[in-house]
Amino acid sequence: MTTSSYDTPRLLPLGDSAWTVEFARHIDPAVHGRVMALDALVNDARQHDPAFAGIVDTVPTFRSLTVHFRPDPDPLALGERLLTLARSTEATTLDGRHWLLPACFDADFAPDLAAVAERHGMTPAAVVELLCQTAFRVYMIGFMPGFPYMGGLPACLHTPRLSTPRKLVPARSIAIAGEMCAVYPWPSPGGWNLLGRTPLDLFVAGDNPPALLASGDCVHWRAVDRGEYSRIERALASGELHRQHFLSGAPA
Amino acid sequence: MNGWLDVIDGGLGNAIQDAGRYGYRHMGVAVSGFLDPVFAACANALVGNAGDAAAIEIRGVGPSFKVRQGPVRVALTGALSASILRHGGSRQDLDAWHSATLEAGDILKCGAVDGGTAYLAVSGGIDVLPQLGSRATYQRAGIGGIDGRLLASGDALPCRRLSHNEYREYRADPWQHAEGPIRVMSGPQADHFADGELERLLATPYRVTRDSDRMGMRLEGPALAHRSPAHADIVSDAVTPGTLQVPGNGQPILLLADCQTVGGYPKIATVIRADLPRLAQCRAGDPLRFTAVDLPEALAIQHRETERLARWQNGIGTYLPAGYLDEAALYTCNLIDGMVRAEPPIRD
Repeated sequence: MTTSSYDTPRLLPLGDSAWTVEFARHIDPAVHGRVMALDALVNDARQHDPAFAGIVDTVPTFRSLTVHFRPDPDPLALGERLLTLARSTEATTLDGRHWLLPACFDADFAPDLAAVAERHGMTPAAVVELLCQTAFRVYMIGFMPGFPYMGGLPACLHTPRLSTPRKLVPARSIAIAGEMCAVYPWPSPGGWNLLGRTPLDLFVAGDNPPALLASGDCVHWRAVDRGEYSRIERALASGELHRQHFLSGAPA
Repeated sequence: MNGWLDVIDGGLGNAIQDAGRYGYRHMGVAVSGFLDPVFAACANALVGNAGDAAAIEIRGVGPSFKVRQGPVRVALTGALSASILRHGGSRQDLDAWHSATLEAGDILKCGAVDGGTAYLAVSGGIDVLPQLGSRATYQRAGIGGIDGRLLASGDALPCRRLSHNEYREYRADPWQHAEGPIRVMSGPQADHFADGELERLLATPYRVTRDSDRMGMRLEGPALAHRSPAHADIVSDAVTPGTLQVPGNGQPILLLADCQTVGGYPKIATVIRADLPRLAQCRAGDPLRFTAVDLPEALAIQHRETERLARWQNGIGTYLPAGYLDEAALYTCNLIDGMVRAEPPIRD
C-alpha cells in the first residue's frame, strides 16, 4: 500500500446517502489538515449554498471527510461540488482548541502502566513524563460518543493492543494502542492499554457541545495526584467547575 | 390537555424511536431512529401523525399500557397484534394496520412480534423531551427516549389527547416492502477485495445469523477474500446504516441504525436507503440476496418508494369499530367491511 497522498482527492460513494472524500490512505497531520479544511469549507457552504442544503452530517476522520445527505436536492451535483472544494483545500496548520487536561496515573487507574514501561525499557515515571510532554492531535471522534482518537504518541511508546481485551474498561480511562492515545467516555469492553484516568467526562448530553473534544483539537496531559483528581471530579460534579476551564490559550 | 399512557409492562426489547438524530455523527453519536421508517410512518399515519413522530419500536415481547388520560388513538404496524381490555371489562382485539381509540382506564396489551420490527404509534407521538434534537433511544450513550433505555414498567408516556371521540377508526392494507434482492451500491472499499469477490457477494445468498441487534446483523455465507491480509484493515473512516463491512474472517456485517459512526474494516458495498426498512423485517436464518445498482438508480428507487408511500396513505380508510355501538347490530348490518373514504384521516 502506498503511504503518499493521492495526486487528487478521491470521491467514494458510501451508498446513496453519503460521499466520502478521501485524501490519502495513511495517517498524517498534513492529510488531516486538509480534511479539517474541507470540513470547514463544507460547513460554511451549508449556510448559504443551496447545493449543500441536503447535508445532514459531516464526519472528519484521519484521512477523509464523509458527508451524509438527504436525497434532495441533487446528490450527484453535491459530489461534484465536494470534489471541486477538496481539490482546492490546502493542508492547514492545526487550529483547533488547545486543552490542558488533568490525568491521574495512580496504579489502580493505570493497570497497564508497569507492563508498558517494562516493554519499552522505561520506568513508569518516565512513561508518564513522556505522555505529559506530548501534544496529542485529535484526529477523529468515533467508536462511541466522545471517544477521541489522538495521534502523536512518541514512537518509543507505540504498543499493541492487549492480546485479551478487558470485559470492562472504567469510564474516563486514558489508554494507548498502536500509535494512538484515547479516553473511554463510558465503561466499555476494550483492548487498549490503560495508563491513567482523567476526572473530566468526555461526553455530557446536556452540555453544548456534548463532546469535550473535537476533531482538530490539541490535547496535553497534566499529571495530578489522587487528591487533586478527586477535588476536580467533585468540583465538576457540583457545577463549581466547568469542562471549558481546561482550555488553554496556546501550546507550551 | 395531554394524553398519558402508563407502561404496565415494558416487554422485551422495546423503545421509543423517531426518524433519528442528525447533526452529531462527528461526535460519535449514532443516528439511531426507526429501523423500519416506512412501517413507522404507516403507524403514525393511521393515528393522524406526521410520519416521523416518535413511536414505540417493538422487537420482541410487546409492552402493555394503561391509559391514564384519554381518549388517545393508537395503531399497530408489523407482525403483531394486541388486545384491549376496556375499563368497563369488555375485551377487543386490535389487529395491525388498524387504529383504536382508548379511554382512560383502558389497557392495551401487545403480543410478541412474529419476527422483524413492529410499531405502536400514539396520537400526537410519544412526547418525551428530545435530547440532541431527537427522541430516538440510543442505549449506548443513554440518551433519547426515557433515560436512553428500553421501556420499563412505571414509565409514563405523554402523548396527545383526542379532542373528541369520533367513533370512526382507520385502517389500511398492510404495507408490502419491495421484493427481490436487496439493492446495494459497491464501495467505498470494493478495491480491497480480491477480483471476483463483489460478484460472489451478489451471486450467493447470505444468511442472517442470530448475532443481530439494532447495531447490525452478522451474515453468514461464502467468505469474501481481501486482496491481501493487509487489505483486511483500513485506517478507520466513516460508516453508515446499510454499510456491508467485512472483517478478516470474510463474513460480512451489515450495519443498522445504532451502528458506530466510524469503523476499521473495509466496506465492500452499502445497502441503498430505500431498502434499509426491508432489513428491519429480516429474521435469523433468512437468506439475503444482493444486487448492485448505481447512484441514479438508487435515487430513482427512493423516489418511487416515497410516491408509493404517499399512495398507501391515500388508501387509508375508516371503519366503525366494534365495541362503541351495538355490536350485534353492526355485525348483522355488515358495516365493518366498508371503506368509507379513500382519503387521509381527518386530524382530530
